[in-house]
Amino acid sequence: MLAAIDLFFLVSTMVKIVFFVMVVVMTLVAYTVYAERRFSAIIQDRVGPNRVGIPFTKISLAGLGQPIADGLKFLLKEDFTPKHVNTFYYWLAPALTMVPALMSAAVVPFGSEMAIPFGDEIYRVPLVIADINVGPVFVFAITSLSVYGIVIAGWSSNSKYSFFGGVRSSSQMISYEICMGLSIIPVIMILGELNLTKIVEAQSANGWLLLPAWGNGLSMQSWLLLIPVIISFVIFTISIFAETNRLPFDLPECETELVAGYHTEYSSMKFALFFLGEYAAMIIGSGIIVTLFLGGWSLPFGLSEHLLANKGGFWGIITPLIHFGCFMSKVVAFLLFFIWVRWSIPRFRYDQLMRLGWVFFFEIALANIVLTAIIMVVLR
Amino acid sequence: MLETYLPILMQLGVACGFAVSTLIVSVLLGKSGKTNPVKDSAYECGMLPIGEAQPRFSVKFYLVAMLFVLFDIEVVFMYPWAVVFKDLLVTSLLPVTLGMAGFVFILFIAYLYVLKKGALQWRD
Amino acid sequence: MPPVAFIIFSVIMLVFGVLVVVNRNPVASALSLVVSFLGLAALFVSLDAYFVGVVQILVYAGAVMVLFLFIIMLLDLKAEARRKINVVPMIGGCVLTAVLVLQLVSVLNTFEPGKKSLVEAPLDYAAAAAARPAVPEGKSDTIKRDLRENKLPDVRLLGEQLFTKFPFHLQIAGVLLLVSTVGVVILSKRELK
Repeated sequence: MLAAIDLFFLVSTMVKIVFFVMVVVMTLVAYTVYAERRFSAIIQDRVGPNRVGIPFTKISLAGLGQPIADGLKFLLKEDFTPKHVNTFYYWLAPALTMVPALMSAAVVPFGSEMAIPFGDEIYRVPLVIADINVGPVFVFAITSLSVYGIVIAGWSSNSKYSFFGGVRSSSQMISYEICMGLSIIPVIMILGELNLTKIVEAQSANGWLLLPAWGNGLSMQSWLLLIPVIISFVIFTISIFAETNRLPFDLPECETELVAGYHTEYSSMKFALFFLGEYAAMIIGSGIIVTLFLGGWSLPFGLSEHLLANKGGFWGIITPLIHFGCFMSKVVAFLLFFIWVRWSIPRFRYDQLMRLGWVFFFEIALANIVLTAIIMVVLR
Repeated sequence: MLETYLPILMQLGVACGFAVSTLIVSVLLGKSGKTNPVKDSAYECGMLPIGEAQPRFSVKFYLVAMLFVLFDIEVVFMYPWAVVFKDLLVTSLLPVTLGMAGFVFILFIAYLYVLKKGALQWRD
Repeated sequence: MPPVAFIIFSVIMLVFGVLVVVNRNPVASALSLVVSFLGLAALFVSLDAYFVGVVQILVYAGAVMVLFLFIIMLLDLKAEARRKINVVPMIGGCVLTAVLVLQLVSVLNTFEPGKKSLVEAPLDYAAAAAARPAVPEGKSDTIKRDLRENKLPDVRLLGEQLFTKFPFHLQIAGVLLLVSTVGVVILSKRELK
């Protein structure tokens, strides 16, 4: 088996990991924070961070240097561990939040297959880090592990606010995991796929699930199935909000009740890891929504199929790059939506949150699966 | 096939490396100030901490976790079903629809029981 | 790859399995069990049982262990950490382990290893694809398609077996889950109405 894994595969995988996770996701995290601050400022009729630009000059670039300054500040702040904490777990918790957030990025396809002509041979590189057959299940498995970072943070801090934040958060996350799992069942039924790459390819050829306007998508069945798909989409998106602890579901850290929830006792880079983990989870969550419902990297109206038909030469490199750009623009649009919602909707109460997840969404998601099955059986 | 999982291990390595290295860099670069008893105490908005740091919490959280395990298993059974549903509709319609319908029905009874007993009721 | 992966992940599993018992802190024990489960999931994956491996993480590491952590937090864990080592259960546990090991050794001694190892006889995807029954005109057989692409459609095969051959057994699993749901609610009934 080891012989089957060639050097090219290892190198290309490493390049993809470093490019997608370290360069793209991390940059996006930094600038989502910036966008969040600017966007909230616009909504609240303030200015927001608009000063930091190139150091030692008067160029401010609308504050685009702010994330870099923030990052440096996090690194240079006092690294403080209070006496009352359980030291080992106190240090472990931020890493346990960050790692799962980055791990689920491994299965999200961010572009079509790249064909790189090198010498006589053409090397094919699929633009996904790990093309596994159980994509969505893997994402849910990893998401379920991200509960530990929060529970451990709350428990090891030995502080009431942290503890309550941790317990609340984990309870909320596991509740909405059920809704998430149930809401994508119709998608899997309709496409008959669990491999995210294949899910995107099917949507590229036959219409996005939410926009079946070309290819085989122009059928009675696809348009009827749009009803369960829209229900799934709404439940899944709202569950992602709850899963990433974003407002209106930010009960674990709601400032007015719990100071800052599970990371009350954290400062400097350890706090930043929680912060980055939350935003990274949000970005990957948007990526999953886009992949499942909005055709991932594909262009609308079958344009991707025309692009993919151009074989040879530099098309093998240009086409995936166009698709990557398409994927990123969809993700960014979703991130802006996340931010918009955060600054527009007030927080839920805890009993409302639990009721919404366990009673409302659970029943609708289950009924949705039955509806999908009926439509598919009748129109088979 | 197995090599498709190798990138996941590499990714795990990169993610852990990132988390650990940022923490280390922060320790190396961060200034360390003096400590004092007030700084070391748990933060409770300026009040002195009273009582245990980990108070007991409602049994409902435990109930939610338990129900989560049960319904998570239900969802897990649905993945293999959903993925073959389209194909099996043609060859074996009855077992694939009725098999899942029965399973979901039984679990829906369980859900109704939980609901009627008020186990998901958070307001007293 | 299997031997190397097997050794690495079984060592992880065993080391953290021992840590579950050795740790005095219940939370540390629970976390060790999580790592042990992750090792088990990796072992499943290295045996070509991809779905089972991922579900192992989803259900055991992600759901069951969260429940354990909750229970540990509900109980007063400091008393547990302070408690002295109890000799009688320790000896009992050691004896039980020894008996189990002896049994395993006696069983494994009678085991006759196969003539071919798994590495020498890889899965024959083409033959498996050819053996699939024909489907009606215009309909697809995704299992066949996956096999032709030299991919093991493990989730599909699982689903096909489960829902064509064992739909009744699934209902029994459902009843079991129903019984445990009732049990859970009754156990915490005192708090409820």
